[in-house]
Amino acid sequence: MNMNMLTKLVVASAVSLAFAGQAHANRDTIQVAGSSTVLPFSSIAAEEFGNTFAQFRTPVVGSGGSSGGLRQFCQGVGTNTIDIANSSRPMRPAEIEACNANGVNQIIEVKIGYDGIVFASRIDAGIFKLKPKHVFLAQAAQVPQNGKMIDNPYTNWQQIDKSLPDQAILLAIPGSNHGTREVYEEKVIIEGCKTFAEVQALPKEELNNFCLAMRTDGNVVEIAGDYTETLARLQAQKNALGVFGLSFYEANRDRIKVATVDDIEPTVENIIAGTYPVSRPLYFYVKGEHIGVIPGLQQFTEYFVSDLASGFGSPLEAAGLIPLDDAERAAILADIRGKKSL
Amino acid sequence: MTEMKMTPANDSATTSPAALSKTQQKVAASLNRRHRQEKLFKGIGLSAVVISLTLVAILFINIFSKGLPAFWQSAITLDIYFDPAIIQISEKPQQQPDELDNLFFQRDIEWQSEVGLINFNRLITEGLKKVLPDASAHRRDAARIVTSGERFALRQMVIDNPDIIGQTQRLHLLTDANIDVWLKGNIDRSLPDSQQQLSPKVREWVALLSEQGIIQNRFSFALFMNPDSRSSLASAGLAGAFMGSLYMMLVVIFLAVPMGVAAAIYLEEFAPKNKLTDLVEVNINNLAAVPSIVFGLLGAAVFIGWFKLPISAPIVGGLVLSLMTLPTVIIATRSTLKAIPPSIRQAALGLGASKMQAIFHHVLPLAIPGILTGAILGVAQALGEAAPLLLIGMKAFVAQVPTGPFEQSTALPVQIFLWQGNELRNFFEARTSAAIIVLLALMLSLNALAIWLRKKYEKRW
Repeated sequence: MNMNMLTKLVVASAVSLAFAGQAHANRDTIQVAGSSTVLPFSSIAAEEFGNTFAQFRTPVVGSGGSSGGLRQFCQGVGTNTIDIANSSRPMRPAEIEACNANGVNQIIEVKIGYDGIVFASRIDAGIFKLKPKHVFLAQAAQVPQNGKMIDNPYTNWQQIDKSLPDQAILLAIPGSNHGTREVYEEKVIIEGCKTFAEVQALPKEELNNFCLAMRTDGNVVEIAGDYTETLARLQAQKNALGVFGLSFYEANRDRIKVATVDDIEPTVENIIAGTYPVSRPLYFYVKGEHIGVIPGLQQFTEYFVSDLASGFGSPLEAAGLIPLDDAERAAILADIRGKKSL
Repeated sequence: MTEMKMTPANDSATTSPAALSKTQQKVAASLNRRHRQEKLFKGIGLSAVVISLTLVAILFINIFSKGLPAFWQSAITLDIYFDPAIIQISEKPQQQPDELDNLFFQRDIEWQSEVGLINFNRLITEGLKKVLPDASAHRRDAARIVTSGERFALRQMVIDNPDIIGQTQRLHLLTDANIDVWLKGNIDRSLPDSQQQLSPKVREWVALLSEQGIIQNRFSFALFMNPDSRSSLASAGLAGAFMGSLYMMLVVIFLAVPMGVAAAIYLEEFAPKNKLTDLVEVNINNLAAVPSIVFGLLGAAVFIGWFKLPISAPIVGGLVLSLMTLPTVIIATRSTLKAIPPSIRQAALGLGASKMQAIFHHVLPLAIPGILTGAILGVAQALGEAAPLLLIGMKAFVAQVPTGPFEQSTALPVQIFLWQGNELRNFFEARTSAAIIVLLALMLSLNALAIWLRKKYEKRW
């Protein structure tokens, strides 16, 4: 290797770096990030979109949880920021403010369908017939008893209710970076907590804090990763009861069994009928400023909510998404076309 | 000390024990203890080796036993008739001599979109009817036998060669991932229907077809030729991740290696020895010890935040990994240069060569095998690195094979991470191990190349 060659190599590298700055200006691939619950659906929609429309590239779908995705989404406008954030909960007002502060003013909310949240245990563990109250009593830091708040004394499900299995309490719940956590707290913990007269007597601002305070003795673990991590926890510890998305449970029915909530089984039918209490809508948020800049963004958004991609009999339904009904779908499509911003 | 050199205590028959000097008695007494200590240490050392080898063996057996079956995948052999009644398309556009490239491209895209509207699933259903007479009675079940991505493979065949329309082709189509799982016994067959992924009808058909040899385990080219897939899990492959890793390694080779070698030559041969260069040297060693995830954070902030490079692109991954590899290359190059005997330099200088000539004409050529070894090991290390890539958005699902370093992509180690998290555990546990095997094979061949180069060009003085 002589000096000439070395110099050439260094110069070539420097030049390629300089070109890097130029190349980003015309990104032609849609970038998506966010909720790991929405990720499988979004990925399938992206793949089908890329395969159906020859003129557009297949969108790239990242994960990072609802909060992580929305934070990335709100970093600003420009081709090195993402175009779509997946979320398993509605956007919070604080997040909209953060977005606006960074110049993201056109945020189009798109609801894509529904998903159930299920409690599941290992196939060889006991059968759970849960009520929200039971889950609250299993995870709370303090529980009301005879008019007083005492430190959580329960270590076995049987102590909470005779109908529950004789099994130590070990609850694996999604970490706070997951949108699932918020829905779980709202629809299970708070609901269960409110059944106590002592709690209802609390002032409103204290109620949430009291209900959501978690015990710290190791009987409740927060899972920051995705459902595979929760499943691994179940495989390692027979007693563990995990929180999953319905579609994840469906794909692993041979390993985990599902608990009923209020005696209702989590099935697609029950979630559509609204009898299964723990279900939630899934969303994605489109950056209006990027429509017309990133090729295919408008088309992808419309394709995702079309009956073809996410209706009954669609690939997304096969993957476990619970479809929107026709009226809702029409309203959402109208919102997209009208670029209705939050 | 002179007493120590005396004849050993038990050597002479004439000396009685009483005649032994005090020191000799001490030595005799401690001899057993020292032998015992040596034995103990040998035992501990040996068991350490055995334990670590056992652990490695368990790891390898675990990965290979899970992963090797995934290189073969169940496929169904069907006679597909490319029915002109179903595939009604206009003629494939040909570029006219006076037509502009982008106009032709436009026409071609329109034609491809037209082909895209054809329902290729119908060809598969017709093919299935030939081997399963009752397929039309159970449409929903029949649609679940061949994995959904194969319809695009058929479409690609038509796009590549429209003359195929009207012909019948014998094709091996991948079956659904759950059929592969069921045939490989990765799901307990005795489980009740409610826990099975496949409907009873599909299971009955699959048993029948595999008995007839229509469904067979075939070598999975999909694993190597396809990019990742989520809508058609059975067709998920490593091609996208492989190309992503390749682009990143190219960036590392063209950036970290020349920069590292240049820095090392300067520091070793030209730089004055003072406090400043000492500081630089200490910091290069520190840099080599920085955890790789820190480079990822740096990459996200600097390359994506300031330089506005695209997210999820191999160029950014390559830059981050270059930073990580740089100290390795510098350290390896410097130690190789140090090992070249000074006589080479002195001889060159003595014959009137300038310092520059002495180094580039005489020292560097002798150092090249060592530098190459260092560089290859650095690249191999970068190839297996996943942590920094997670922070620059390379964790995304990418269903296309990237055609350049600025296009979104994943990398092999990240693909392993992604597959490990896939919902369909029964199928992807094996797939993940297969990806690990591919990555291990690449790393081992890079290391083998490094060893071979060293052995071949190594000079001893």
